[in-house]
Amino acid sequence: MNSQIRQTDSQGRLRHFLSIEGFRREQLEQILDTAESFAMLPGRQVKKVPLLRGKIITNLFFENSTRTRTTFELAAKLLSADVINFNVNVSATAKGETLLDTLRNIEAMHSDMFVVRHQASGAAHFIARHAAPGVSVINAGDGRHAHPTQAMLDMFTIRRHKGDFTPLRVAIVGDIQHSRVARSQIMALNTLGVSEVRVIAPRTLLPAEARTLGVHVYHNLEQGLEDVDVIIMLRLQKERMEHALLPSEHEYFQLYGLTTERLRRAGPDAIVMHPGPINRGVEIASEVADGPQSVILQQVSYGIAVRMAVMSMALGATAGEAPS
Amino acid sequence: MNRIHIRGGRLIDPANAIDAERDLWLEHGKVLAVGEAPADFKPDQIIDARGKIVCPGLIDLGVHLREPGQEHKGTIGSEGRAAARGGITTLVCMPDTQPVIDTPAVWELIRRRAKACGNARVLAIGALTHELAGEQLAEMGALKRAGCVAVSNTRRPMANTLVTRHALEYASTFSLPVILCSEDPHLKAGGCVHEGAVASRLGLPGIPAAAETVAVARDLALTEHTGCRSHFHTLSTGRAIEMIRQARQGGAKLTAGVAIHQLFLMDQDVADFNTACHVDPPLRTQSDRDRLRQALRDGDIQVICSNHQPHEADAKTEPFPLTAPGISGLETLLPLSLKLVEEGLLDLATAIAALTSGPARVLDLPLGRLDPGRSADICIFDPEAIWKLDPETMASQGKNTPFAGWEFRGRVTHTLFEGRLTWSIDS
Repeated sequence: MNSQIRQTDSQGRLRHFLSIEGFRREQLEQILDTAESFAMLPGRQVKKVPLLRGKIITNLFFENSTRTRTTFELAAKLLSADVINFNVNVSATAKGETLLDTLRNIEAMHSDMFVVRHQASGAAHFIARHAAPGVSVINAGDGRHAHPTQAMLDMFTIRRHKGDFTPLRVAIVGDIQHSRVARSQIMALNTLGVSEVRVIAPRTLLPAEARTLGVHVYHNLEQGLEDVDVIIMLRLQKERMEHALLPSEHEYFQLYGLTTERLRRAGPDAIVMHPGPINRGVEIASEVADGPQSVILQQVSYGIAVRMAVMSMALGATAGEAPS
Repeated sequence: MNRIHIRGGRLIDPANAIDAERDLWLEHGKVLAVGEAPADFKPDQIIDARGKIVCPGLIDLGVHLREPGQEHKGTIGSEGRAAARGGITTLVCMPDTQPVIDTPAVWELIRRRAKACGNARVLAIGALTHELAGEQLAEMGALKRAGCVAVSNTRRPMANTLVTRHALEYASTFSLPVILCSEDPHLKAGGCVHEGAVASRLGLPGIPAAAETVAVARDLALTEHTGCRSHFHTLSTGRAIEMIRQARQGGAKLTAGVAIHQLFLMDQDVADFNTACHVDPPLRTQSDRDRLRQALRDGDIQVICSNHQPHEADAKTEPFPLTAPGISGLETLLPLSLKLVEEGLLDLATAIAALTSGPARVLDLPLGRLDPGRSADICIFDPEAIWKLDPETMASQGKNTPFAGWEFRGRVTHTLFEGRLTWSIDS
């Protein structure tokens, strides 16, 4: 009923990208290196490369996300793949079809890759386990579990600004408990060998036994930001107030909002990141979001290059094959 | 065949403190004699039990029968056959059928079907509240008169503590034991695994240990207050056991039980989203598991059950949080219990007591023992037979087991229910 899913083949080549867990440092670096070769493309006259010509990529989104779906779609199109978008929430499963039936039906359309987003943790593993052999699965976010391409675009952004990962102190601020992005970031940062990963949040927004994830835990933002090189702010959802995890947005901003003054606690060259969409005045002050240390908009454009890298690697085409 | 002679087996009957080579003599569905042959006994059948263990048929407290209402998961017939294969002769079913057992009519339907199938005795735990909704008391007096042996609200939440108090008081009016599945629904908060390192890593919604301990503390206080006979069913945390132990030492009238899989599996087994390990209460930590094992050894836990919950394959073929919790456990109850003996945790008599006289005592049943005059419910197993579990060969309609491929030592060779052979490995 449950077999271990291997994300790489016997030669260590990428087959699926479901979670950062299980990858070695050099494998993650290879994704980043490949992304570098794609990062140049948007600046060129002809933006498309024919690496995945003739391949069919299906975006299988069980949960709405215009931004992520669009970047995956754009990445696939820049690789010359044909893209099918399934917004499953409003179709099959809403009529009672099981996920497996949905998968079988879509598989009959001969996709080479599924890009999956689902509200349940483990959904991407599930689909990889049941997909036909040869079909790759990319996790575009499953429940609270993982969002590995988002984490890798964050790593790409960090590497572009900081170069070497090893001396870095990185702080992740906000709702770690419910964040698939944070879990993947923590695993990626630790795999890439950063000096220290800190999480900063009130206890209601931290997972049980957070330290087992390989992080240092802070409840005080000022202390947690001391001398860090990278600050990753997470998005806060209003329902956290309704579920009695926080008293108010006001208090959250008072205690955990990133302001210019607090940013001074961090290292002088610290960069500020956010997976978006940002809540100004809740997680982050506008002057920080738009300030010189913010790399938030760069993250978005790097996201396309990283997704192109992952897609091309999983389908066995590498950037080295792209025409110069 | 009215007369059966079970010859040469090692009889283990914990209720009668027997552990010796003794013959058994059965007549008209009852035990006629133990040891010496009765005068003029001419058996219609002889069962050769040399090299085997002969013990009372097992009593599985709190199985989830799916009939009526969910026959696609299991029927009384299929699960009765599975029980016979597992050496179980009495299935005490939970009231969460569809409709729930909150009226004598529903129980009567189950009783008739069970009788027609005839592989095992089916006894009912009636509902504690109407439709298990936790708001209005069920007609417990009528349920008792109809033959229900206990009452429970299963794992469905009670509206508030006052309703729980009144339900326990009302149940005690009829001397009905209450089977408590103590759990705080608010702390559970839609969780599907133990709240700990594995939940944190996989991003699965967690159920904290406190969801159990808070509720056990409340239910202990109400048990003490009402004087009700409470059985704390399928406990999963070490802390809850500590509280129960203290309450028992203080003289409270209560018993405790554990599902056998909780003594082997841990939250780590959920890794890689193994839906076969999605159970409720969730698999806890190694320290919880070890504490539960210790409690069984010390006698603070008197009952081992299977917490049998058969499912169709589709119910487990979804992403982990969307799958149905539960294990199809009838056929692994005894083999796993024997593994505890093999591992040196328990002696054989203590293990068998937790499967026979223990549950009988909780429910005040004249079963789970083999003295003359009692129903001839008997399990015979070969303690040395080595076999591997293949879910496809299970008799239960539910093949949902995390023990597929496990190797066991000890296999049921014969099961007799009311003196009739309901399972023989040779058949």
